[in-house]
Amino acid sequence: MTRFKILLAGTVAALAAATSAHAGRGTDGDAKILFWQAVSTLNPYLSGGTKEVYSSSMIIEPLARYDETGSLVPWLVTEIPTVQNGGVASDMKSITWKLKPGVKWSDGTDFTADDVVFTWQYCTAPDGGCAQKAQFEGITKVEAVDKQTVKVSFSEPKYYPYGAFVGAQQPIIQKAQFKDCVGAKAPGCTSANFGPIGTGPFVVKEFKPNDVITLTANTNFRDASKPAFASVTLKGGGDAASAARAVLETGEYDYAWNMQVEPEVLETMLKAGKGKLVNAFGTQVERININWTNPDPKLGDKRSTVEGGKHPALSDPAVRKALSMAIDRDIINEAGYGAAGKPTCNIVPAPDVYISTANDWCLKQDIAGANKLLDDAGWKKGPDGIRAKDGVKLSFLYQTSTNSVRQGTQALVKDWWNQIGVASELRNIAASVFFGGDPASPDTFQKFYADLEMYTNNFDGTDPEKYLTEWLCNKIPSPANGWQGQNMPRYCNPDYDKIVAELSKTGDLAKRAELVKKANDMLTAEGAHIPLIHRGQVSAISAKLEGVRMNAWDSELWNIADWSRKK
Amino acid sequence: MTDATATLAATPKTAETETPLALFWRRFRRHKGGVAGLVIFVAILAIVYIGPFIHTIDPNKIDIRAKNKGPSLLHPFGTDNLGHDMLAQVMAGGQISLAVGMTAMLLALFLGTLVGVMAGYFRRLDGPLMRLTDLFLALPLLPLLLVIIMLFRDTLRAAFGPETGIFILIVFVIGITSWMHTARIVRGDVLAVKSLEFITAAQSSGMREYRIVLKHILPNVLSSIMVSATLGIASAIITESALSFLGLGFPSDFPTWGRLLFDGANFLQITPSRVLWPGLAISLTVLSVNYMGDAVRDALDPRSMSR
Repeated sequence: MTRFKILLAGTVAALAAATSAHAGRGTDGDAKILFWQAVSTLNPYLSGGTKEVYSSSMIIEPLARYDETGSLVPWLVTEIPTVQNGGVASDMKSITWKLKPGVKWSDGTDFTADDVVFTWQYCTAPDGGCAQKAQFEGITKVEAVDKQTVKVSFSEPKYYPYGAFVGAQQPIIQKAQFKDCVGAKAPGCTSANFGPIGTGPFVVKEFKPNDVITLTANTNFRDASKPAFASVTLKGGGDAASAARAVLETGEYDYAWNMQVEPEVLETMLKAGKGKLVNAFGTQVERININWTNPDPKLGDKRSTVEGGKHPALSDPAVRKALSMAIDRDIINEAGYGAAGKPTCNIVPAPDVYISTANDWCLKQDIAGANKLLDDAGWKKGPDGIRAKDGVKLSFLYQTSTNSVRQGTQALVKDWWNQIGVASELRNIAASVFFGGDPASPDTFQKFYADLEMYTNNFDGTDPEKYLTEWLCNKIPSPANGWQGQNMPRYCNPDYDKIVAELSKTGDLAKRAELVKKANDMLTAEGAHIPLIHRGQVSAISAKLEGVRMNAWDSELWNIADWSRKK
Repeated sequence: MTDATATLAATPKTAETETPLALFWRRFRRHKGGVAGLVIFVAILAIVYIGPFIHTIDPNKIDIRAKNKGPSLLHPFGTDNLGHDMLAQVMAGGQISLAVGMTAMLLALFLGTLVGVMAGYFRRLDGPLMRLTDLFLALPLLPLLLVIIMLFRDTLRAAFGPETGIFILIVFVIGITSWMHTARIVRGDVLAVKSLEFITAAQSSGMREYRIVLKHILPNVLSSIMVSATLGIASAIITESALSFLGLGFPSDFPTWGRLLFDGANFLQITPSRVLWPGLAISLTVLSVNYMGDAVRDALDPRSMSR
């Protein structure tokens, strides 16, 4: 019944809109969005998951965003600060943002520089467990010069100063709402985390964790004619294929995110003509993370932590390399991704200046070579065909989220590893649990209670500097930091830390590219992970939806204020 | 009621001319659905356990070049999107699904009968045991499964290896969550049987309680236990399918009928046979077992003896 009412309201609204030349705010009814990984919180500072970042981007916004070409656009500021316009100090040690005048929070109060300062304090508070802490690396001070001006100072010259407050991962949150939620109290502020007050085009009406979010147009939004949709319903859960079907074949939904579905299945759905696929290659890489620490359950609380010790088998570089050599990435791509992917050996797969070819040996499968490598390293095949050395068997637990493409990839990889005498046990965990970040669950990708785990990650924007800081020694998730670090492989190499530190001090683009390549090559060559596929971001959009500009550099929903119903 | 008592007491006498087994078989054959069910069930068992010796393709062999193929001589059920042979997968899946079904059923049956007989026979235990049964019935199954799997997965994996460990876990989980109906039915039957004269006679002759239960009570409630058993297999197979469907069951490279169905669902339009065969196998097994259960009940029902 309610659906019928919404439909009716939508139709009436659409009719009304059709008659007026300029569509006004809230004239296009309800936009229905599907995220097959359900959203568990609307505070991106408490969960690094893409789904949380994207869904919250409709509500809270950063100072500047990346558009679909990867260039910076001022969002809550009047212009992008540069050295030329005086926004960036000539010694590169500070950046000054000028806020747009007249921007209001959805509760009607003014958006001021204090809120920006508070956001920094919130994320860098001790014991806070902020998921985006890496983004505020190297910042000594964020201060409000006046109500409309924010100055960010760095400890050392920062040649890419657009890290903090740029991109969907670091939106500005309201000081008035979050002031009592700093530090260890952050996860407890349920009403704030589930319904942040923002400057964005939509306001949370109701949030059911891991289920559905209902949003209505923000009446205080800075552009009086936007958003065109009166409300947004973001439904979470289900699986990628049924989400694709709901948009492409039955037309029940307008937008479905992350179509990780076998290419042949999508093709049959597209024949219905109700929608289309949009694809953008950003920086997503499907990779297998290698656990450098010991995940043995016998270690109790110390499992998968640095204190628990090194991994008995995977600490051998030969094993890590052999695992990568045995994989035929072309076949994985053909079976699971098609046009939406290309094989890669890099963790930084774009933009073009950063693409390295140093590890391209991995593009070609080499079973014989992998076998020889393991033989030489002293891993001998036992009677069961599984290699072992000093009583340690090459038998691994390989986990990922539940998704048919991922399970297909697991099956293929298991088969190849079998051929080099490596046994693997496959495990798949529901995506909402795996990426949920719940510190009480043993099955999250942060805890990594397995030997290998596969998923996709990417970086916002076009500069990989802060992304590369994720592999620093001090970013290793552990019980001490609430499992919040991003260094899933528990990789730690002082040389790597040095390269990243140098990168932050380097301004020359060519030199930066060289350092990025060096860091990238190091990670793959040393086997922090096994990169598999450079994935395009594929989403399904209804034929009746207009204004979507598929963006791989920021939130896919970055311009939802401009979306409208096709008349 | 007195009628039933008379026939019950007379049971051993009519069996003098033919053995109880032969009598059972004669009665079972009268139920046409039951016979058809038996034939189909035996056929499924034969295909699943003997089939792999004839169709010798390894179910986990990947042949990516032969993906999404329809039925052919080489692959009678076609192949999936990674080039697995579907016939081999259905047979391998059947072995696991049937083993899980049978074992879980036996466990549930044992628990259910134990609780039911204890509750029915010993008045003092009746209240607590039946409240326990109610408690289990009221438990939300899915969160319980999640917790159990989370708590015991790693321990069992370490003790028995990944495959046996998860097998034990799943059988255990299904077993302890599906004994309640059996317990209720058995208790009701025991209460009815307990008040009959021959039990009083046995008690007054000084027979030990456990012997009364084993010799007099159990044989008389066997028919309802058998019916629960057949229904139990069916529901265990379905529960296992549901667990695999949710990704809580066996690892993804371990085919079971439920998982094959789950994986095939997306490919319904491309290769319908991926869904058809496992689906058919589950339905046929469940249906045939149900009919067999029906026939077993009829054959064992003391009240039908006089007819």
